Amino acid sequence: MSNYKPIGGKLLTKPFIVMMALAGIAGILLLQRFLFGLGAVTNLSDGYPWGLWIVYDVLTGTTIACGGYAMALLVYVLNKGKYHPLVRAALMTSMFGYTLAGISIFIDVGRYWQIYNILLPKYVNLNSIMFEVAFCVTTYILVLWMEFTPVFLEKWATPKAKAKMEKIIFIFIAFGVLLPTMHQSSLGTLMVIAGDKLAALWQTGWLPITFLLSALVIGFGMVIFESYYSSVAFKRPLETHLLSKMSKFIGGVLVLYIIFRYGDLIWRGALKDAFAGDVNGWMFIIETILFIIPLIILFKEKLRNNAQYLFWAGVSMVLAGAILRFNTYLVGFSPGPGWHYFPSVSEILITLGIISAEIMAYLVFVKKLPVLPVIEHN
Amino acid sequence: MIKSKDKNGSQIDKHYTEQLKERGISRSDFIKFCSVAVATMSMPLSFAAKVAKSITDPARPPVIWLHFQECTGCTETLLRATHPTVDNLVLDMISLDYSETLCAAAGHQVEDALHKSVKANKGKFILVVEGSVPLAEDGIYCKIGGKSALDIIKEIGPQAAATVSIGSCASWGGVQSTYPNPTQATGIGDVYKMNNIKTPVINLPGCPPSPYNLLSTVLYYLTLKKLPKLDKLGRPKFAYSTLVHENCERRPHFDAGRFAEKYGDENHRQGHCLYKIGCKGPETYANCPSINFCDVNTWPVSVGHPCFGCAEQGVGFAKPLHEQADVKLVTPPAGFPNINEEKPGGVTIGAAAVAGVVAGAAITASVATAKKIGETEA
Repeated sequence: MSNYKPIGGKLLTKPFIVMMALAGIAGILLLQRFLFGLGAVTNLSDGYPWGLWIVYDVLTGTTIACGGYAMALLVYVLNKGKYHPLVRAALMTSMFGYTLAGISIFIDVGRYWQIYNILLPKYVNLNSIMFEVAFCVTTYILVLWMEFTPVFLEKWATPKAKAKMEKIIFIFIAFGVLLPTMHQSSLGTLMVIAGDKLAALWQTGWLPITFLLSALVIGFGMVIFESYYSSVAFKRPLETHLLSKMSKFIGGVLVLYIIFRYGDLIWRGALKDAFAGDVNGWMFIIETILFIIPLIILFKEKLRNNAQYLFWAGVSMVLAGAILRFNTYLVGFSPGPGWHYFPSVSEILITLGIISAEIMAYLVFVKKLPVLPVIEHN
Repeated sequence: MIKSKDKNGSQIDKHYTEQLKERGISRSDFIKFCSVAVATMSMPLSFAAKVAKSITDPARPPVIWLHFQECTGCTETLLRATHPTVDNLVLDMISLDYSETLCAAAGHQVEDALHKSVKANKGKFILVVEGSVPLAEDGIYCKIGGKSALDIIKEIGPQAAATVSIGSCASWGGVQSTYPNPTQATGIGDVYKMNNIKTPVINLPGCPPSPYNLLSTVLYYLTLKKLPKLDKLGRPKFAYSTLVHENCERRPHFDAGRFAEKYGDENHRQGHCLYKIGCKGPETYANCPSINFCDVNTWPVSVGHPCFGCAEQGVGFAKPLHEQADVKLVTPPAGFPNINEEKPGGVTIGAAAVAGVVAGAAITASVATAKKIGETEA
């Protein structure tokens, strides 16, 4: 059932060269980071040991990479086979997102040469959320690459090998659904421990479920964004018919998220902080608006079927989830008087380099491997 | 015999209660003593009742106490324990048939008593040995009643139910075994091994050891009729399983990097860690910091002298007093964090500019994509 095909075309386009330059700059800065330590490159401090790299590259990165998780949930668990054409691209985005998140953790850990210790059975602390996240993310990276093997096999191996792989792939798909459910919620739990250091607008025992549901929202948002973006970039027909139908499901998840998030805020009486007029309050309002825009678009059939609106809904969902994470980990987090954090130029450039590397890998894979569905000519 | 039941449900011989009264020991003092002994062994408190019962058992096991090459410090520590009842109780609950220090009789009379007791209680008595056995020149360096220590132990050792080697000398040679060890002073365990004597040996090293470790060992044997769990050096685990360093009251100073550099300096006066002036706590296994000495909650480290490792073979009397210990667990780091960390961070113009460019580029790209989607759709 080879409904997928490499799209071909020239690799070294102008944007590709620009991204190579960005990745190159990041590479040089990374060399500096590994030779002279975190302090030489970042603005991280004892007050803010987690900065841009953790919040964007790891948290937002893996959440954006939840497209694969969201699609696997929809196609395999809810058995909506008609969305299958979207799966491979989503899966690949996840694979890159998670792999780079793993690499980012390695970059961000001060004593990176000791990082393997976290997975040594004799040091394992089963009560640690950090361990749960580390173990889960590592396993999930492997699972994602396994889930993606049919693509490699299709390109380089015999059909027999691919058929064999497809017989056992359900195991990896099952893990592929289970693992993100575990660690995406744990990524929220991490900040429950921060206690009063995190502003009441974000600090709640429901953080795990907030993070899990918003990860699904972002995952779907990314599927929409990525589908449209590749359609335009590679001059392929739009997939609005599929995306629009899928949006009803996304809308459901979004409503569930909003019920949990805002129900909890009202119940705890923290909602009034939104109107305090400070940075926290405004950031919360921006976050809320970004969650409400897609809600309106997805529930109005006319808007939903309009590709441009649907695209903006996708962008808005991704941004909303990203801002929720920035708010929870950086904006709403106050380690005490005197501490400040804003990423340094080098930190931002390294993150940009990592994003560039991810997009470059996406372009290479899409052009050389059967990832995107064959265009149906009506 | 009339038995009275106390509130803990334990039965104490009425006769014994009267005896206690005569000595000015109240019932509650006696129960308190049993509880302390039980706590030393890390046993549940309910065990105190059992201990009380075995102490008051009229059939007291015979104990033979031999002195070899030593200073009698171990006996002294037991007798000088200021806890009002330690010596009385240990002497009353056991039947001390022979002890050179404590016997009223002397000369042939007491030698006779020793042999009679050994003969009468063969295989039943507990042999406590204080001091090492000199092996050089057929053991002529220590003779009692015309017999060498080696001959005495070879004769009595095999007939004992168990042997308690009290003090470092009896455990592994102690101070006399320091290089060049002219008398070839040897511990009881090794002498037994050389002469193929199978009697179990419990080592209670220390110079002197805490009297409570002896009491607890004896009480354990009396109550459960078996030996306590021993480590591979034959020391009871309840007393010798943790490093002095682990429970030391100065440990927080070690972890924070506050060390006395020499006697009487500012850090020494402040009661900081003695590691740098040669404290052997980090390589010595004993419970000194937990139970202290002399019933007045003190031990050498409390009064500013480093532990010299008396309880550890190869450390006490072997390593120079001011040589730094070989830290068995966590070594002190090369550098320590400041109390007041610098608080860097904050927005720089460059970082803000880069962040702005990135955000602007993302927005432009999204708008452009949306426009193209519109064109494609049309």
